Amino acid sequence: MDEQLKQTPLCGRHEALKALMAPFGGWNMPIQYEGIIAEHAWCRAKASLFDICHMGEFLFEGDFAAGGLEDVFTFSVATIPVGRSRYGFLLNESGGIIDDLIVFRLAPDKAMIVVNAATAPRDFAVIGARLKGGAFTDISAATGKLDIQGPLSRDVMAAAFGAGIAAIPYFRFTTMNLFGVEAIVSRTGYTGELGYEIFIPSDKVVELWDQLLLDERVKPAGLGARDVLRLEVGYSLYGSDIDEATTPLEAGLEGFVDLSKNFVGKEALLRQKEQGVARRKVAFEVNSRRSPRHHYELCFSGEGVGTVTSGVFSPMLGCGIGLGFVRPDLATIGTPLTIIHERVSMEATVCELPFYRGGSLRS
Amino acid sequence: MSIYFTKEHEWVRVKEGIGAVGISEHAAHELGDITFVELPAMGKVVKQFDMLGAIESVKAASDIFSPVSGKVVKINEALNDAPEIVNESAEDAGWLTWIEIADEAELKNLMTREQYDEYLKTI
Repeated sequence: MDEQLKQTPLCGRHEALKALMAPFGGWNMPIQYEGIIAEHAWCRAKASLFDICHMGEFLFEGDFAAGGLEDVFTFSVATIPVGRSRYGFLLNESGGIIDDLIVFRLAPDKAMIVVNAATAPRDFAVIGARLKGGAFTDISAATGKLDIQGPLSRDVMAAAFGAGIAAIPYFRFTTMNLFGVEAIVSRTGYTGELGYEIFIPSDKVVELWDQLLLDERVKPAGLGARDVLRLEVGYSLYGSDIDEATTPLEAGLEGFVDLSKNFVGKEALLRQKEQGVARRKVAFEVNSRRSPRHHYELCFSGEGVGTVTSGVFSPMLGCGIGLGFVRPDLATIGTPLTIIHERVSMEATVCELPFYRGGSLRS
Repeated sequence: MSIYFTKEHEWVRVKEGIGAVGISEHAAHELGDITFVELPAMGKVVKQFDMLGAIESVKAASDIFSPVSGKVVKINEALNDAPEIVNESAEDAGWLTWIEIADEAELKNLMTREQYDEYLKTI
């Protein structure tokens, strides 16, 4: 194992559960416990617990406009009501995505920024360099994060921590006392199911993990199941589907870009909007159980027209599904594509997102 | 009935000139949840260690190589709809094909169960 790999406070718990561990974004993370398909099914039916301590958290305190935070992301931070969160991007000058992230408005002059693990150090440097004032701190090491996701997660949370949890609407959060410390409980997630992301000081995260697993409706799930779950609802994964060479316009994520405000990369996006994108994200379903995989070639009428960026067998749909980029004229729903890799060839059709529509997300 | 293994983790169980072929329990465990099996066409003639088919799990796609030369005389069609049988019973109900063995002398190129178990300790 790479000695540089970081580990979360729950590493001992994962090993005790005999999880299969693997490097992810510089961390030694649990990929699966009993098995990816079983964990996926449990999350869609009950409630699953994910160790997400590897993700990065930053804190900004100060005046958002004067401190420069307002111009850092593709969305306005100042207009997020206190107690709500917003998803969007940190872009480079060319409009490429440095990271996708969520900002939590903790107070009128305080925001928490939650970023991907692998990109966290660079994100912190880039954001820090763009700020003109305020206090900006990396609280990743001190912050633990657990996600509980699944149709029963509300009942589980209410049973463990009180009925007040049931009142939190989608994309809002509350601060509450758990184990004698202040925690943030947010109605967000990445699986298409009803669920919560819980931020708690990292020295309390083992206690929280143990408490939630006492409930027999809850089982741990690894990053393998998480990837199947997120792809079934069509969410982009940073590093696979989006990266610094991809703009939100190409990725079909312009809904998270507010072109009426200033941000780094806006000029490039406006130019791209005027000239038209050279490639566009598509979702596709395969006509068999075969899985498309990252870097497989997408072809139309025998001609290479793009690349698969994510793909998996969907247990909910019973077929292969994937995301990729193609020539914009082929991004229409119903377009037949052939996916080629070495001697493998599979037929697929461009489809709408999400792939799986039965999730409890907004229940 | 004797069972033999390849270094690529296929097995062949031989009875009266016919070899039932599959992947080892070790391989099925390493692959994780199997989601797709590409079986060869009936009647296909293969050489020892040539490509026979493919197997996919949530995690990875792998080629399957034939442990013996011969002709494919039966395929396990149950795997088309239920490839998870390979996880549940890799060395029994999760067989992939039957091959009419062309030359039993080739079996000496394979490992016995004991040799395979020793081999697994080295990888």
